[in-house]
Amino acid sequence: MQKQWIFLLVAFLVTSVATAQDAAKYLTRDGKLKFDATATASPEKLEALSNSATCILDVATGEMAWQVLLKGFKFEKALMQEHFNENYVESDKFPKATFKGKITNLSEVNLSKDGTYNAVVTGKMNLHGVEKDMTTNGAVTVGGGKIRINAGFGFLLSDYNISIPSVVSGNIAKEAKILIDAALEPKQ
Amino acid sequence: MKKIYLLFLFFLPLSLFAQDDDLLSLLGDEETIDYATASFKANRVVNGHSIENTAKGVLDTKFSHRFNPLRQGLYDMFGLDGASIRIGADYGITDRLMVGAGRSSYEKTIDGFVKYKILRQCSGAKTMPVTLAYVTDVQINTLKFEEPNRDNKFTDRLSFTHQLLIGRKFSSRLSLQLMPTLIHRNLTSSPKDKNDVYAIGAAGRIKLTKRVALNAEYYFVPDGQLEAAYVNSLSIGFDIETGGHVFQLHFTNSPYMTYKGFVTETQEDWFFKNDEGKMLSGVRFGFNISRVFTVVKPKLD
Repeated sequence: MQKQWIFLLVAFLVTSVATAQDAAKYLTRDGKLKFDATATASPEKLEALSNSATCILDVATGEMAWQVLLKGFKFEKALMQEHFNENYVESDKFPKATFKGKITNLSEVNLSKDGTYNAVVTGKMNLHGVEKDMTTNGAVTVGGGKIRINAGFGFLLSDYNISIPSVVSGNIAKEAKILIDAALEPKQ
Repeated sequence: MKKIYLLFLFFLPLSLFAQDDDLLSLLGDEETIDYATASFKANRVVNGHSIENTAKGVLDTKFSHRFNPLRQGLYDMFGLDGASIRIGADYGITDRLMVGAGRSSYEKTIDGFVKYKILRQCSGAKTMPVTLAYVTDVQINTLKFEEPNRDNKFTDRLSFTHQLLIGRKFSSRLSLQLMPTLIHRNLTSSPKDKNDVYAIGAAGRIKLTKRVALNAEYYFVPDGQLEAAYVNSLSIGFDIETGGHVFQLHFTNSPYMTYKGFVTETQEDWFFKNDEGKMLSGVRFGFNISRVFTVVKPKLD
């Protein structure tokens, strides 16, 4: 009986330690995320920048998660920013956009060795209350104890139930582009 | 049986960790201050100010008309044949401080104002249930003096407003505000018209769709401060927003757009009996058109 309990305890500790070791994670809270929905014919730029995108990356599994507060996007025009929040992404109802996914070619991306790698990321993006599958490529640069992620991708606004009234359809692109630049540091 | 316990315990740490493994939940909710924005579509409800400010570096030009009463019907094109006009511009010095000026056809008035947000409604890292703003203005009547032989002074032309705006965005749909107001007129037409007039305003908006809102604004002047001929101002209107414009279309009994005008000199109620006992309506149509220009672009980085 005693022996069994000791065995149990050891088993418990071993699994605890094993899982804890897996938990090497990299994190940033000031990732740059640029949003661009300028239509080709538009006389004005529809661009916004957030400097507070958060990202966490699990080095062992290649899993990653992103989160950005939509009210954190700054536009050059205050009215555009208001319309973005009020009429398009409805940030009162849906305050943040998230992405949860995984580096699928982890065999080609060695996150523990310095270098630049092309990573393929697949996951689910959640915006405006809609979740959709998403796959994109990005450059992952490991060096100086940091992991830097640069990526760009596009998505159809209509896929996320963001409708564009016909009067401004000349200004707003059907497909919005996202550019990401984030430097992740080891999570304490 | 024991083996099952054993197995359970073995997996317990894994399952505990699995909960932790949701990377998104690891990111947690950041402690940011979430300010209430767009409580009203414009910085005016109808005639008076709303708790909204013009953003920093933005110039907001305003073209406003109040037409004649609707009651003359088609003969007067429901009042469109005559209008009281104000043309003005507002500018945001910071996101909390704005200034503005305008000229009205009524008494050829030039007005200038300063508006400052003392408190901003927010939630998150900080909590503030209401927005509190202060507006002060000066209105200069530039009509020729009626009695040139009187000892007329420039200061006789001046009127001033001090106003607090206490407002709250209750939901994305509903915003309400209260406006305690003091209007000081250096010169009034009779002793019954006090120099200092205290009034309280109430206003609200209900968002009907993403781009259309219903506004209402009422100013109550307690008795004993004005000549009996003057009545309270009530306005109901729609804010319609297109790209860079906000169209405010409204029905009001006040033909004037400065505080001294619409709070203390509105003459016809929505419904009133004239001297012959006939029921009439003082309701008139009006609009404010607002067009914004970004003068100083904010730095995004």
